Amino acid sequence: MAFQIMLNFFIAFLWMFLSVSFNASTFIVGFLLGMLMLWIMKGFFPGRFYMNRVWAVIKLIILFLKELIMANIQVLVLIIQPKMPIKPAIFALPIVLEKDWEITLLASLITLTPGTLVIDVSEDSKILYIHALHYDDADEAIDSIKNTFEKAIQEVSR
Amino acid sequence: MITIIANILIVSSIVFGVIFILVTAIGLIRLPDVYSRTHAASKSATLGVMFILLGVFLHFWLIEGHINTRILLGIVFLFITGPVGGHVIGRSAYLSGVKLWDKSVKDELAPVVAERRKKHEQRNA
Repeated sequence: MAFQIMLNFFIAFLWMFLSVSFNASTFIVGFLLGMLMLWIMKGFFPGRFYMNRVWAVIKLIILFLKELIMANIQVLVLIIQPKMPIKPAIFALPIVLEKDWEITLLASLITLTPGTLVIDVSEDSKILYIHALHYDDADEAIDSIKNTFEKAIQEVSR
Repeated sequence: MITIIANILIVSSIVFGVIFILVTAIGLIRLPDVYSRTHAASKSATLGVMFILLGVFLHFWLIEGHINTRILLGIVFLFITGPVGGHVIGRSAYLSGVKLWDKSVKDELAPVVAERRKKHEQRNA
C-alpha cells in the first residue's frame, strides 16, 4: 500500500518534469494520471488497489461521525429525564482484530461513542471489558459494535 | 446569500457544542458513580469542544477569509487524546478498587482482575 502511494507520487513528479510546469495543478493532474495507471496495472501488485483502502477509511470516518452524534443525543435524553433510568454494567466483548493499532483504534472509537467506555483489555488482547451506561442486553450491544466498527476496521486493514 | 448559509452553519455548530458541554455538566452532577461520570466528562465534553472549535474555524474561514490550520490540528488532537484520557481514568479507578454503583447490573471484569492480582502476588512471593 505504501509502495503504491510512493509510486503514484513518483508518477506525478515525472508528469511535472515532462510538462515543465511546477505547480499544484500539474501535480494533481499527474497524480490522477498515475492513479489511472496503477488501477490498470493493479494485477501486478501484491495486495489491493490502494484507493479501495482510502475509500474504506473515508467510510469509517462517516460511520463514526454518524454514530457519535446519534449516541450523544441518546445520552442527552437519558440524562435530562427526572428519574434517569440508567443500568450501568461491565460486559466482556470478544474481538477478532489482531494487530495492536486495530485494537487501539477500536477502543478509541468505542470510548468516544457515548454509552460505552473501555475499562480494560485482557492480557491476550482477545477481550475488551466495556462499561456501558445503559445496559439492556449483552448480545444486542455486542452485535451493534461488531457490525459497525469492527467490520469497518477490518475493511480498512484487509 | 452565502453569508447567510455560512452564518447558519457557524451558529448551529457552536450551539451544538454548547448543548453538549451543558449535557456534560449536568451529567457530572447527576450521575451516580465515577465510571458513569467519566462517560459524561470524557466524550460529550470532547465532542462539544470539537464543535465549538469547528464553529470558530468556519467563522474565520467563511466570514473573515482566513484559514487557521491550528484550529483543525486542535480538533484532531482533542479527538485522539479525549478517549485515551477517559479510558485511563476508568481503568485506574477500577484497578484501585473503586466500587461500581450498587444498581449496576453486571460486572464481568471482577473475576479477571482478581485472577490477575493473584498471579501477580504469586510471582512476587
